[in-house]
Amino acid sequence: MPETSATIQLLSPEGRLVENAANEELHALVRELDEGQLRRFHRDMAVTRRFDVEAANLQRQGQMGLWVPSFGQEAAQVGSAYARRQQDHVFPSYREHAVALVNGIDLVDIIELLRGNTHGGWDPKQHNNFHLYTLVIGSQALHAHGYAMGIGLDGAHGSGDVERDEAVIVYFGDGATSQGDVSEAFVFAASYNSPQVFFLQNNHWAISVPVERQSRTPLYLRSTGFGIPAMQIDGNDVLASWAATRQSMDAARTGQGPRFIEALTYRIGAHTSSDDPTKYRDGADVDAWRAKDPIARFETYLRGLGTEESFFEEVREEADAIAADARRRTMEMVGPPASVIFDHVYTDPHPLMAEQKAWLERYEASYGENA
Amino acid sequence: MSTELTGQQSLPLAKAINAGLRQAMLDDEKVLLLGEDIGPLGGVFRVTEGLHAEFGGNRVLDTPLAESGIIGSAIGLAMRGYRPVCEIQFDGFIYPGFDQITSQLAKLTNRHQGSQAFPVVIRVPYGGHIGAVEHHQESPEAYFAHTAGLRVLSPSTPHDGYWMIQEAIRSNDPVMFFEPKSRYWPKGVVDFDANRTPTHASRVVRTGTDVTVVGHGAMVSVLLQAAEIAEQEGTSIEVVDLRSLSPVDYAPLVASVSKTGRLVVAQEAPQHVSLGSEIAATIAERCYYSLEAPVLRVSGFDTPFPPAKVESIYLPDADRVLEAVDRALAY
Ligand SMILES: Cc1ncc(C[n+]2csc(CCOP(=O)(O)OP(=O)(O)O)c2C)c(N)n1
Ligand SMILES: [Mg+2]
Repeated sequence: MPETSATIQLLSPEGRLVENAANEELHALVRELDEGQLRRFHRDMAVTRRFDVEAANLQRQGQMGLWVPSFGQEAAQVGSAYARRQQDHVFPSYREHAVALVNGIDLVDIIELLRGNTHGGWDPKQHNNFHLYTLVIGSQALHAHGYAMGIGLDGAHGSGDVERDEAVIVYFGDGATSQGDVSEAFVFAASYNSPQVFFLQNNHWAISVPVERQSRTPLYLRSTGFGIPAMQIDGNDVLASWAATRQSMDAARTGQGPRFIEALTYRIGAHTSSDDPTKYRDGADVDAWRAKDPIARFETYLRGLGTEESFFEEVREEADAIAADARRRTMEMVGPPASVIFDHVYTDPHPLMAEQKAWLERYEASYGENA
Repeated sequence: MSTELTGQQSLPLAKAINAGLRQAMLDDEKVLLLGEDIGPLGGVFRVTEGLHAEFGGNRVLDTPLAESGIIGSAIGLAMRGYRPVCEIQFDGFIYPGFDQITSQLAKLTNRHQGSQAFPVVIRVPYGGHIGAVEHHQESPEAYFAHTAGLRVLSPSTPHDGYWMIQEAIRSNDPVMFFEPKSRYWPKGVVDFDANRTPTHASRVVRTGTDVTVVGHGAMVSVLLQAAEIAEQEGTSIEVVDLRSLSPVDYAPLVASVSKTGRLVVAQEAPQHVSLGSEIAATIAERCYYSLEAPVLRVSGFDTPFPPAKVESIYLPDADRVLEAVDRALAY
C-alpha cells in the first residue's frame, strides 16, 4: 500500500524540505527544535541501526535464539519517541528498539530478552515509563488504553498545560490492526475520550503476509469510523514522525481525545532471524524502499543545514563502540538462576511456589557436590 | 455515607457480595468496578445494585461490550495504581477475555519481576441450576486454576461472599472470583464482625466419620443435602468446602481423609482434566496409607452443558453424590 495523496511528509527522500498547506502546522512545530535535537535524531537512528546489525550477527553466531530487526524503521521510531513528554507512558510492541534507546533502555536488555534470560528486561518505572515489550500481537493496545483511562479518571489530563497533562502512546504493526484487541482499544479510547495516541508502523509486512491482506483500504482510514481522527505520515521522515506525534499527543493530553497515526515505512530486513523473505517478496520492492532510507535522507538534510562531517564521523564511532560493547557484554552473559522460574509469579506469598521451589532445591542438592 | 455494617444479618449471596464490594470501595478509593450493565442497572444479577448511585460513574463504570477490552483495560488501570474489579456477565462469555487473562494478566507480574503488581479481580457468575439458555450455565474454573499467576476463589455462602470478595480485592495478585449464581438468592447469615478467615483455606463445613465429600460453590449445598439424607440412613459424611480453587489448601482435606479413609470429589464441571481430577490425584498421593477405597469423582458429563430441560440430569445432585458414597463404602 503506497503513499496516498494524504501522506504527510516534511522531508523528501532526497533530503529536501517539502512545504505545503497540509504540513504547514507541523513545520511550525519543527522550527522549535534546536540543532542539538536534530542531531540527536540522527545519532539515535544511526546507533540503533548499528546495534541492530550487530545483534543480528550475534544471533547468527548463536548468541540468541531470535533477533527482531528494526532496520528501516528508525525514523518512525525515533521521531515519535522524542515527541513524548516526560510524564507520558509508552507501550511498545517488540520491534521498537529505537524507541527503547530514546527512552533510556540499555539495548543489551533487549538481547537478554531474545536470548532467553528473561521475559521482561527492565522496570518501566525506572525507565521513563517505557513499558515491557509485548509479543502477543495487539494486546498492548488495551493495556495502554487502561493506563490512559486511569489518567482520565485521575483528571491528570485536559488542563491545557502540556507540561503537566499526561498521555499514552502505543506502538503496533500493520498485522496488528486486524486483531480484535486493537479495534477494542479504538472503541474504548473513543468511548472514554482517553488521552491515547495509536502509533501504527505500517512496514508493509506481517511476517510473510502483505498489508493488502490486512486491509483493502489505507489503514489510516481505519480509526475514523471509531471516531478517532487520523493522520498518515511518511514514516521514513523523522521530522514528520516527530511533529505528527507531538501534535497528536498534545491534542490527546489536552482533552481532545485519542489520535491515530499511520506511519508508512518498510521492514527492510527479515521479519526475524527465523524468516526467509526471498520466499515471499521480490527485491525490487525492497530496493525502492531502500532509496527512501530514513537515515540517509536526514543526513543529507543535516549536511544542508551545515552540519560538518566530523559530527557524522563521531556518531559512527560512537555507534561502533556501542555495538562492540553490546557484543562484549552479550558474550559475557550468564544465564539466570533457577529461582527465576518461581520468583514473582505471584506478588503475595503462594504455597505452591514455595513448595515447588523447595522441591527443586532439594532435588538439585540430591546430586551432591560431585554430580 | 460510610455506614459500617455490624452484627449479623440474613442476606442472599448477591446482596452479601454487594455489601462486600461496597465495603471494599469505602476502604480504598482505588477500587473501581468495570463491566457490562453494572451501572444504573446494577448488573444482570443486581450484584452491583446501588453502587453506581452511591459512588458515581467514575468508580462504577459501564463499559463497551467487549470482554477483552474490559480485562485489557483493567490491566492498564492496575499499572496506573487502581484495583479494578471486572464483572463478566455470564460464565460462557469469559472466553473473549481469555487471552488477556491467561497470556497477559496472569503473566505480567512475573514479566515485571515483581516491580508491578496486578491486583485485578474478575467476578464470574457461574454454574447451572437456573434453567438458562446456552452459554449461561457453565463451569469454566479449571481453565483458570490451570493457569499460573492467577488465584481462583469461589464462595459457597453469603458470609463467605461478603468476606472473600474483600479479600480478593485486597490481594495483590489477579483473582478469578467465581460466584455460584444459583446461590445468589437463598439467604444465609452474614457475620459482619467475624474475624477474617484466610482466603486460601478450605474448610470442614459439616463433620462426619465415614466418608469425606469435597466440593466448591453451589456443589457445597448439594453435598450438605446429601449428608443430611445419609445421616438418616446411618452414614456419617464429612463435608469440605474448598473455597480456594487455586491454590488448593489441602491440609483440612488430608486431615479429614486421614480420619474417614474415603473421599468423593464433586463438581458441576465436566470431569476430564478437571479440578476434581487434580484433587483426586493429590489425595491419592498424600493419603495412600489411609485410603480404604479409591477416590471417586462425581461430575457433569464430558459434554457441552445441555439444554435447560435436561440440566437436572446433567448436574450432580444429592442422589448422584450418595451413589458414589455408597460405592466408596462398599470397598
Ligand atoms: C496473537 C498473535 N498471533 C500470531 C503471532 C505470531 N506473529 C509474530 S509477529 C507476527 C506479524 C506481526 O506483524 P505486524 O503487526 O505488522 O508487526 P511487524 O512484525 O511487522 O512489526 C505474527 C503473525 C503473535 N505473536 N501473536
Ligand atoms: Mg508489519
